[in-house]
Amino acid sequence: MELILLLFIFVLAAFLGFELIAKVPSQLHTPLMSGSNAISGITVVGAILAVNTSSSGLSVWLGFAAIVLATINVVGGYMVTNRMLGMFKKKGK
Amino acid sequence: MDAETIVNLSYIVAAILFIFGIKMLGKADTAKRGNLLSAVGMLLAVIVTLLSKGLDFKLVIGGLALGGAIGFVTAKRVQMTGMPELVALFNGFGGLASLLVGWAEYHRAACPEGLVEQVLSADVTSFTAAVTVLAILIGGITFTGSMYAWGKLSGKLGGRALTFPGQKAFNALLALGIIVAGVIFSISPTAEIAYTLIVVVIVLSLLLGIFAVMPIGGGDMPVVISLLNACSGLAACAAGFVINNNVLVVAGCLVGASGLILTVIMCKAMNRSLTNVLFSGFGATAQASSGESTGELKPISAEDAYYILEAAKNVIIIPGYGMAVAQAQHAVKELGALLEENDCEVRFAIHPVAGRMPGHMNVLLAEADVPYEQLAEMDDVNPTIEMVDVAIVIGANDVVNPAAGNDESSPIYGMPIIEAHKAKTTFCLKRGKGTGFSGLENQLFTAPNTRMLYGDAKATVTSMVTQFKES
Repeated sequence: MELILLLFIFVLAAFLGFELIAKVPSQLHTPLMSGSNAISGITVVGAILAVNTSSSGLSVWLGFAAIVLATINVVGGYMVTNRMLGMFKKKGK
Repeated sequence: MDAETIVNLSYIVAAILFIFGIKMLGKADTAKRGNLLSAVGMLLAVIVTLLSKGLDFKLVIGGLALGGAIGFVTAKRVQMTGMPELVALFNGFGGLASLLVGWAEYHRAACPEGLVEQVLSADVTSFTAAVTVLAILIGGITFTGSMYAWGKLSGKLGGRALTFPGQKAFNALLALGIIVAGVIFSISPTAEIAYTLIVVVIVLSLLLGIFAVMPIGGGDMPVVISLLNACSGLAACAAGFVINNNVLVVAGCLVGASGLILTVIMCKAMNRSLTNVLFSGFGATAQASSGESTGELKPISAEDAYYILEAAKNVIIIPGYGMAVAQAQHAVKELGALLEENDCEVRFAIHPVAGRMPGHMNVLLAEADVPYEQLAEMDDVNPTIEMVDVAIVIGANDVVNPAAGNDESSPIYGMPIIEAHKAKTTFCLKRGKGTGFSGLENQLFTAPNTRMLYGDAKATVTSMVTQFKES
């Protein structure tokens, strides 16, 4: 049942994603891409859960590496997006 | 309310923040807040995850701190011209992280030595096994594909498309190997060879990422980058199915879907299908176009160019990847400002796929403080292009190649272009006489009203700026 539920969520989220950015002006393409790129670093949550004391040696280290990589993705992604958008903002005034 | 309910409720809040974040990123005046909102969602998701039982905190916090520090420093240091590579790099890391999550989860279930709570191999159902394969496959392709793209974009690997005989067959074989290993693994995830199979899937996926991006030329990079972005989302989504975590599924899927839309927008801007971009080896096979260059190249000096510009009343500037390479955006902005002072209407005409990632030129011009009102999209410029006195093409090539409109044998035939050849005069700033990234002859350069300005774009523009100031 839980799987069906997850699939259900998956399908709805897909439609939502398509709807959300149907009309985006081209100057926002890069920030949109790097911003959503940062969101894909959500896999950090999975990585944290993998570094569990009940896990055996290799899984822990795989999880640790995943945490580092995903966090680079998240922190770096949000920060460059913010920097870029800062530049967009200032010229309006 | 128990801890798990709190965690799950917080995940829902995080998902809502992501949705609003993406929505607001799509509008100029709310974009910055949207980005912050989605960052808050991410922070919330990470913090509540830390509440779960049995985490090895030393490693978790250490990992977060290490990754955060690296991300922070990289994001602070990067030059705006290095943005496409950086997006590719971050993207690759995200993909690899998802691959590792899938692998770690399987390893935990398959090799339960030294466990506190016994997890039996039999717990791995076929469904879990199948989504594990997907997480590893998509994550692996995203990782090596992005790394290869990063190498191309940063000039370490050369931008041209690389093909070799039997490449398609080789890639198909790789894909087939992954499918076969993946299917057998999914059917019997507890069999003895299962672990070997998963290693096979990992290795082949990593290889496939490299060989899939290899035959794609530099000019098609906007499509590749945004497709890889979508893939990293889908990889996270698959990892979410592996560990039954709804926030991963929702966030990953949102990124996947929105990335796919962006990819389609890029493809439409080139009037090509996604399959054509991915599998045609475009640029590697380009031969001298049948529409042989009839005219000759007519060079002009920066000084003469200045006299023409000085008299012009309506100028458009068409930037391309060459402007990014030469880092000429600040000089170009200055030239634009001087022309305006000289009572001339200046617009920047931006092609949707100019540069190496979606919106590349907009980012560079924004960095140089070009006023927002001066940016114009292709469809706004083309109808009135005959009125333009001077069109200045700076390091752009395919996006102004008239062959797209009049030469059916051209590989880019049908692609919408900025019709610079219809302007009264056209200046083309170019480093040398060679063809562009796609390897195509450009009829624009030999058109009767075109003048070539050879040399480094930044130096050329700066010398025109100096002339303006001295007069």
